[in-house]
Amino acid sequence: MEHATPDAIKKHVRTYVIVFVSLMALTVVTVAISYLHLDVAAAVIVAMFIATIKGALVASYFMHLISEKRLIFMALVLTFIFFVALMALPLLGQHDTIG
Amino acid sequence: MQIPFTVAARPDTGLHNAKLGVWLFLASEVMLFGALFSSYILLRVAAPEWPHGSALLNVPLATVNTIILISSSVTMVMSWASLMLKDFSKYRRYMGLTILCGLLFLVVKGFEYGAKFSHGILPSEDLFYATYFTLTGLHGLHVVGGIIVNFYFWGPGSRMWKTEPQRFTNRVEVAGLYWHFVDLVWIFLFPTLYLL
Repeated sequence: MEHATPDAIKKHVRTYVIVFVSLMALTVVTVAISYLHLDVAAAVIVAMFIATIKGALVASYFMHLISEKRLIFMALVLTFIFFVALMALPLLGQHDTIG
Repeated sequence: MQIPFTVAARPDTGLHNAKLGVWLFLASEVMLFGALFSSYILLRVAAPEWPHGSALLNVPLATVNTIILISSSVTMVMSWASLMLKDFSKYRRYMGLTILCGLLFLVVKGFEYGAKFSHGILPSEDLFYATYFTLTGLHGLHVVGGIIVNFYFWGPGSRMWKTEPQRFTNRVEVAGLYWHFVDLVWIFLFPTLYLL
């Protein structure tokens, strides 16, 4: 990225605009769906699915992850594993018979 | 003493140091917000009942705030692209817009908080508001921190453009990484707190 040519950057800028429009559209969609009052499980899945797409767009294009070096991915894979473990922690409560 | 690898990539990592440093910092931030999200899930699942966010919070206002924050992410990346195209005045405009959007986000959030406080609703109200204020409060502090950094690079810090343009561009890029992360956190906070 450090040695990108002006033409390459201009191409990036066009991509940023497309991503921006997509993020706006997805924001409207997620709010609109919330007014449908789906049942909790479906609402959580849909809302988190849309949020994940939006997050992936931000990380891939605005944070340039799509063309990033290997070392950063390695750090992020490790982070992802620990993050999933963290999210799974409440499940332990399901099997807790004490108290 | 000169700080090494601010422009050139380190041979072993293939990256300039600031970028790797900020990514590692963001990894720790994932765990910070992750711990709070995890606690939120635990508390919500265990609660006998939990109100729908839209019944208590102002969804239209939060939607506007989401749009403001996403817009600021775009202006941030455009400010970096302007530097890559050697257009400093455009950079200043985009960075200025990013700061304004950040401030606007805080103003809207301030109105939201104010509406609650004026009704005597504080974090101690109940579990819902405790988690709401904790999550949005920590996120808000991150916005404040980002605005301070961005303001420095818009104002006094931008002098570096004249002496070391590539190093300055790299600084703006990594400040952008942080700012986009703050946007990313909000992308998950917004549906979690307001729409579910």
